[in-house]
Amino acid sequence: MDWNDLTPIAAALGGALIGAASLMLLLFNGRTAGVSGIAGGVLRFNLRDLDWRLAFLGGLIIAPVGWGLLRGGMPVVEITGSIGLLIAGGLLVGFGTRLGSGCTSGHGICGMGRISLRSAVAVLTFLVVGVATATLVRLGGLS
Amino acid sequence: MRALFAALAGLIFGVGLTISEMVNPAKVLAFLDVFSGAWDPSLMFVMGAGVVVYAVGYQLITRRNAPLVAPSFSLPTANQIDPPLIGGAVLFGAGWGLVGLCPGPAYSALGLGGAPLLIFMAAVVVGMLAFEWLWTPLQNRASA
Repeated sequence: MDWNDLTPIAAALGGALIGAASLMLLLFNGRTAGVSGIAGGVLRFNLRDLDWRLAFLGGLIIAPVGWGLLRGGMPVVEITGSIGLLIAGGLLVGFGTRLGSGCTSGHGICGMGRISLRSAVAVLTFLVVGVATATLVRLGGLS
Repeated sequence: MRALFAALAGLIFGVGLTISEMVNPAKVLAFLDVFSGAWDPSLMFVMGAGVVVYAVGYQLITRRNAPLVAPSFSLPTANQIDPPLIGGAVLFGAGWGLVGLCPGPAYSALGLGGAPLLIFMAAVVVGMLAFEWLWTPLQNRASA
């Protein structure tokens, strides 16, 4: 384990904010804060259901840049991996989250927060496969 | 009104991802790559805190008959553990492990990730459209 890279307080604080933001969407809009579900709904092009989805995604996109401007330094976004890896990863994430009805936010935060066994099984599955894939990518020298 | 509160929720969500550094795929990969010798368990703290906060608030909020700016709660009702759930989670996990990006961080890093992130997101949209336009109609035809 690399203790220098572990940031438990910032991580827990950030996680609590993510939980609070998800509660806000529940309290005001009555919706689950699942990012893949919110984005997936946009692609159904139902005009009466589009405004809050785009607004949520807009807030999400503005946040890191706004935070960076306030703090005087942009957050680090370091993406390794070849173009092939990016395209394969994107296709799998896009299709997989829709087929499996959720991702790290919808199943991970909201689903597990509702004590849903279905979501817990999904989270365990994508964590195990994610760990296996990341390990294989390193061993295969792809990253 | 509902768009305003959704925007605020998205904003706070994004700040949470930023503070916890989950917008950085390298940090997420350092969590997923458990056996690298430099494991970074931060993501567990993010998810743990998020789940606890949500679980407590969920119990309080769902005692209400309705949300504040929408006519009713629209929450997931499915509880079956079926092949689409498992298959989808396997595919998503594989994509997550390849690049270290899941949807929340991927959207929120859109302004900072440059060309690699735009390429990734274009592929995400193609994957979602493949589900909406190819997979779902095929399933509907098979069950008709």
